[in-house]
Amino acid sequence: MTVLSSNTAKPATDIPALLKTAFVNALIALVLFSLMVGVRTEAGSDGQLTYWTRFGEVASLVAAVFGGSIVLGLLRQWIGPTGAEKLVPPAVRSGMSFVGRYLAPALLIFTVLVPVIFYDQRYILDLAILVLTYVMLGWGLNVVVGLAGLLDLGYVAFYAVGAYSYALLATNFGWSFWVCLPLAGILAAFWGVLLGFPVLRLRGDYLAIVTLAFGEIIRLVIINWQSLTGGPNGVSSIPRPSFFGIPLDNSDNGLAARLGIEYSPTHRIVFLFYLILALALLTNWVTIRLRRLPIGRAWEALREDEVACRALGINTTTTKLTAFATGAMFGGFAGAFFATRQGFISPESFTFQESALVLAIVVLGGMGSQLGVALAALAMIGGFELFRSLETYRMLVFGMAMVLIMIWRPRGLIGHRAPTVYLTKAQAISSDLVKEGHG
Amino acid sequence: MSGDKILGVDRLTMRFGGIVAVQDLSFAAERKKITALIGPNGAGKTTVFNCITGFYKPSGGAIRLTHDDGKVIALERLNDFRIAKQAKVARTFQNIRLFPGMTALENLMVAQHNALMRASGFTFLGLIGAPGYRDAEKRAIDLATDWLKRVNLLDRADDAAGNFAYGDQRRLEIARAMCTEPALLCLDEPAAGLNARESAALSELLLSIRNELGTSILLIEHDMSVVMEISDHIVVMDHGVKIAEGSPREIRDDPKVIAAYLGTDEEEAVAVMESGS
Repeated sequence: MTVLSSNTAKPATDIPALLKTAFVNALIALVLFSLMVGVRTEAGSDGQLTYWTRFGEVASLVAAVFGGSIVLGLLRQWIGPTGAEKLVPPAVRSGMSFVGRYLAPALLIFTVLVPVIFYDQRYILDLAILVLTYVMLGWGLNVVVGLAGLLDLGYVAFYAVGAYSYALLATNFGWSFWVCLPLAGILAAFWGVLLGFPVLRLRGDYLAIVTLAFGEIIRLVIINWQSLTGGPNGVSSIPRPSFFGIPLDNSDNGLAARLGIEYSPTHRIVFLFYLILALALLTNWVTIRLRRLPIGRAWEALREDEVACRALGINTTTTKLTAFATGAMFGGFAGAFFATRQGFISPESFTFQESALVLAIVVLGGMGSQLGVALAALAMIGGFELFRSLETYRMLVFGMAMVLIMIWRPRGLIGHRAPTVYLTKAQAISSDLVKEGHG
Repeated sequence: MSGDKILGVDRLTMRFGGIVAVQDLSFAAERKKITALIGPNGAGKTTVFNCITGFYKPSGGAIRLTHDDGKVIALERLNDFRIAKQAKVARTFQNIRLFPGMTALENLMVAQHNALMRASGFTFLGLIGAPGYRDAEKRAIDLATDWLKRVNLLDRADDAAGNFAYGDQRRLEIARAMCTEPALLCLDEPAAGLNARESAALSELLLSIRNELGTSILLIEHDMSVVMEISDHIVVMDHGVKIAEGSPREIRDDPKVIAAYLGTDEEEAVAVMESGS
C-alpha cells in the first residue's frame, strides 16, 4: 500500500536536501570554472604571459548552476520518478503500436518514391544517398554489435577496405563496378576474419580497444603505403558505376542517348540512390533471414550467454568469426558504393569519427532492431542537417537531443526484441531481459 | 561395480595453483542409470563436473565415455563445445544459464544448433530457402514442442525465458540440455531452490528421462530426498576425495558419510546415529 500511496500523492518538497544538492553542484562548478573561465591567459605584446581575472563570469555561472539544480530538483519531485513508460498515456501507446506496425512499409514506400518527389532537388537526393549509406553501415554493424553482442569500434576499417578494394581494382585493372562489388565484400570479410582471429579471446572493453586499434591500423597503412594507395593524396578518378555496362553519361552510347531522352546529370544521382537502396535492402533481407537460421540464433545466444552456448556444443570461435565476416562484408559493399559515388577517396574519410557515428546509430536505434537502426540513421544524419541553420550551436543542440533520447529510451528507439520463431504468437520481448553482450 | 558403464573417471586430479580441488578420484556411471555425486559444500563436485564437461582441463587422470556403439571417447582431450557436440554430453548449471532474452522455444532451438547447421548447408542452403532446411526446422520445432510438453511449459513457449519463475527455468534448462539429444546428461544441483512439490516433479521428470529415453544421468544434488529417491548409485566426495560409494541404502547408513556432512569425526557420528535410532 505504501508503494501505491507514494505514487499517487505528491511527496512534500524536501527543501534542505534540495539546497544541499544545489550547493554541492555549485561548489563543483566553482572549482571547475574558476580555472577554466575565471583566469584568462594570453601571450602579451612582447611574448610575455599576461593574465586577467573574470570573477563576474564565474559568479554568474556558479549562480546558474545553483539555480538550475534547484529547478531540476523541483521538476523531478513534481513529475515523480521518471519511469519513462509511465509518462506515456495508454491511448498514445496504442497509437504508437499502430504506427509501429505500418511504419516500416510506409517508410520503404516513401524511400522508393524519394527520387520521384524530389527529382529537382539535388541537395535532398544527395542527403538521402548519404542517409541510406549510413543505414546500410548501421545494418552491417548491427550484425556484429546488435546480434552477436561484440563491441566493434573499428568498423570503419571494413568500410575503408571495401572502398579501396573497388578504387584500386577499378583504376588499376579497369574492372567494372559489378565485378568489384562482390570482391570488395569478400576482401572486407577476409579482413574481418583476420581481425577476428586474434581478438576472439578478448571480451568487453578489451575487445573494443583492439577493434579500435585495428581501425586505426588500417587507416595508417593506407596513409603510409604510398606506392599502392597514394597515401594522403588518396585515389582519384575512380570510375562511376554503369547501368550494367551502359555508362550514365553524355556520350552517344550513354543510357540517355540509347533511351532517346535528354541527358541530365540527375540520372546518375537517381541511379546511385536506387543502387544504395538496393544494397541496403539486400543487407536488411540477408540479416533478417540469417536471424531465423541457426547461425543467427547462435549469434543472439552468444550475446545472451557464451558459456551456455559452449555447453550446447556451439563452436563459439567460428560463430564469432562469421558474425565479424558478415558485418565486414556489408561494410565492404558500402565502402565500394562510397568510392564509386565520390569518385575520389582518401584516408580522411575513414577516421574513428565514422566508426563512432555508425556505432552511435546502432546504439541509438536499439541494438538488434533493423527498423530502429534505420530511424536512428535518419535522425543522426538527417537531423544533423536540420540543425545546419544553428551554425555554431549545431553540435550542442545535437548532443543535447541525443542525451534526451537516451534518457527517454535508454535501450534505443526500438529496444524490444522480436522472437525468430514461435508456436502460437510472436510477442515482443522487453528490452529489460535482452542482454547487450559483453564481448 | 558390474554392468555396462558409460562414464569412467580414473584417478582424476584437478589443481588450481597450490590448491588440490580433486585428488585421485575414480568412479563410474552406468548406462541408463542415474548416478549421484554428493558431498558437503566445497567437496569438489562442481569441479569434477567442469572437468567432465570440458570447462576445466584436468591436471591429471582420465575420463572415458563409451557410446552405445562401443566407441570410446577421451573427454579430457576434447574442448568444451566438442564434448557437447561429439561426445554428446549435455549439462545444466548450478546458477541457471538460460538465454533470458530469447523465448523458451528459441532456447530449445539453439540447443539443436549443430543438427540445424548441417541441415541448413552451413547457412548457405538455408539462406536461399532450400526445402530440406525447412523440413529440418519443422522437425526441430516438433522436438522442442515435445520437450516443452514434457516439462509442462508448452503454454509458455513464446514467452521470454528470463520471465519464467525459478522452478520453470530449472525445468527449461533440463529440456534445453535434452534437446541436444545427449548420451549423458549432467545436472548440477537441479533441485536447488525448488519447493517440495517442484522437487517431486523434478524426480518424476528425471526418472522418465531414464526410463523412457534411456539417457544416462549424472547429477550433483544437495536435496537428499531427491537423491535417495531416484539414484541408482551414489558417489560421496569430501575435500576432493571419494569417501564412499554405493546404493542409496548403503550410503544412508555409512558413518563416514554422516561424519562428513556433520563435520565431525567418525566415532562421534556413530554415536549420533546410535542415539538417534
